[in-house]
Amino acid sequence: MTTGSVIKLPILIIGVGNYFRGDDSAGLLIAQTLASKNMQGVQAVEFDSDGTGLLDLWEGVGRVILVDAVSSGNKSGRTYRFEPLAKPLPSSFFSTSTHNFGVAEAIELARALNCLPSRLVVFGVEGTNFKMGDPLSDEVESALPYLIEQILDEVEKLKQD
Amino acid sequence: MNQTRTIKVENIARIEGEGKLLIKVRHSEVEAVHLDIFEPPRFFEAFLKGRHYKEVPDMVSRICGICPVAHQMSSIHALEQILGVTIDPQVRALRRVLYLGEWLESHALHVHMLHAPDFVGTTDVIQMTKTYPEEVQRGIKLKKLGHEIMTVLGGRAVHPINVRVGGFYKSPKKADLADLIERLKWGKEAALDTIRWVSTLPFPEYEQEYEFVSLQHPDEYPVNEGRLISSQGLDIPMSAYEEHFVEEQVANSNALHSRVKERGAYLVGPLARFNLNFDKLAPIAQQAAQEAGLNGTCNNPFKSIIVRSIEALHICDESLRLLENYEEPDKSAVDTEPRAGKGYSCTEAPRGLLYHYYELDEQGLVKSAQIIPPTAQNQNKIEEDLFRFVSENLEMPKSQMTAKCEQTIRNYDPCLSCATHFLKLEFDEE
Repeated sequence: MTTGSVIKLPILIIGVGNYFRGDDSAGLLIAQTLASKNMQGVQAVEFDSDGTGLLDLWEGVGRVILVDAVSSGNKSGRTYRFEPLAKPLPSSFFSTSTHNFGVAEAIELARALNCLPSRLVVFGVEGTNFKMGDPLSDEVESALPYLIEQILDEVEKLKQD
Repeated sequence: MNQTRTIKVENIARIEGEGKLLIKVRHSEVEAVHLDIFEPPRFFEAFLKGRHYKEVPDMVSRICGICPVAHQMSSIHALEQILGVTIDPQVRALRRVLYLGEWLESHALHVHMLHAPDFVGTTDVIQMTKTYPEEVQRGIKLKKLGHEIMTVLGGRAVHPINVRVGGFYKSPKKADLADLIERLKWGKEAALDTIRWVSTLPFPEYEQEYEFVSLQHPDEYPVNEGRLISSQGLDIPMSAYEEHFVEEQVANSNALHSRVKERGAYLVGPLARFNLNFDKLAPIAQQAAQEAGLNGTCNNPFKSIIVRSIEALHICDESLRLLENYEEPDKSAVDTEPRAGKGYSCTEAPRGLLYHYYELDEQGLVKSAQIIPPTAQNQNKIEEDLFRFVSENLEMPKSQMTAKCEQTIRNYDPCLSCATHFLKLEFDEE
């Protein structure tokens, strides 16, 4: 089971996006790939609803990795890593969500309500194709294996915490 | 006022999804207001052709992350009409609770996190949390209750996977519902607290003339079944939808605009349901409405925040009753066989009427499909409201005008994720 599961494992990976909007599917595709690895103590879920649902998803989970597509005008395929516990996300980076209450806003709401996970790492990949029916761009597709490696490294680090 | 002025404001905040609003002012008169909406349902209509009817509910649930159940329910009812299916009464009750769970999630989000900041003078819910932490927490918990209903009955909360033509893949055991029943008891109290809170918010004296359109059922608040009625006397079966409503292409907009053939713009959604079906609300919700100053009539779109809260109370009350009386059905679903034909269904999505039409061939493959979401139906009325607001307030400073236009749009809780891409406000004045 993916989104909405009540099973809470120590490490949660959340892939955010929309399958029908080209590069916005990146987060979902990554979560799908990571879920198929059946890593012990790690749950990977796909998420495409409004940002406030993220608060429900990570409730009771200490360590969370979130991955989403980014639209900031940088080169397509570029990847990012953020630690929002130290510094708020640049909200303009994650405005490609189909819902304006997106990842950055959800993190700030959780901060205001004091319900952020104790560890939170956000990965992003710069995209260009965000219209309904767009295909995944070659640049983003090429970046996915690298991003997955980055996330797997992060999982190992979080396991040590 | 300057004779020539262009104002562009990008990204109207706090609505579901994104779109673009263009307001043209010429010589101190509003010439046009266009809410530009891109419509994923059109994309899906093409995408569904040639697919087997059993695949349809899961496919259409992907149209919207906020209203997946609505698309599943409208599609299932239309397809079951073609296949001649009669479902078990307990399956019917479970579908109703699942759908109400989606309403609760959507309403709790809009009331507490998207709409309320307009009335308390903060830019967003993150700011509002500083002065109203209890209210925001309650909103999140109510939303989560809706999410839990969808998880338990739908198999998961986003794009439920347990729904199928003929019933459910798996019906819950009575014991599975015990926790939800307890949570719904809390939900009733929480929804009452929300009604009491929102009814004290400052509302402008502002009334609109509406033709309200909703389903009406003889015994229930409308959800999945009933006739289509309006406050102007329309009373038709769902199958006659296209005889009475038309969609038109409008200049400067990608979207088709709906109107009642004989009259024009109309409104679907919580205000319409409330005004046309007040006597079908649970008694506790009727009483709370009266205490909040609404005696079955509400033409003030700003007060839709109260109406959504009243529906939230109804949802908790009715879901509690249905789950307490639930008996496990003998079979989770009725078996279905392919059959050629045409099927029509309207159901009440959180934001109002959602129309699905399908034609199947003998193998049960989709020959054609049509999907008309509530936001596309309300688009004309939202534009009329904006037209009036801008016309009456042309001297208003730009920043205030923009904020008020955004608020006007938020009054209608448009789910533009169903219906658009980026929402940008462009104010073009000469």
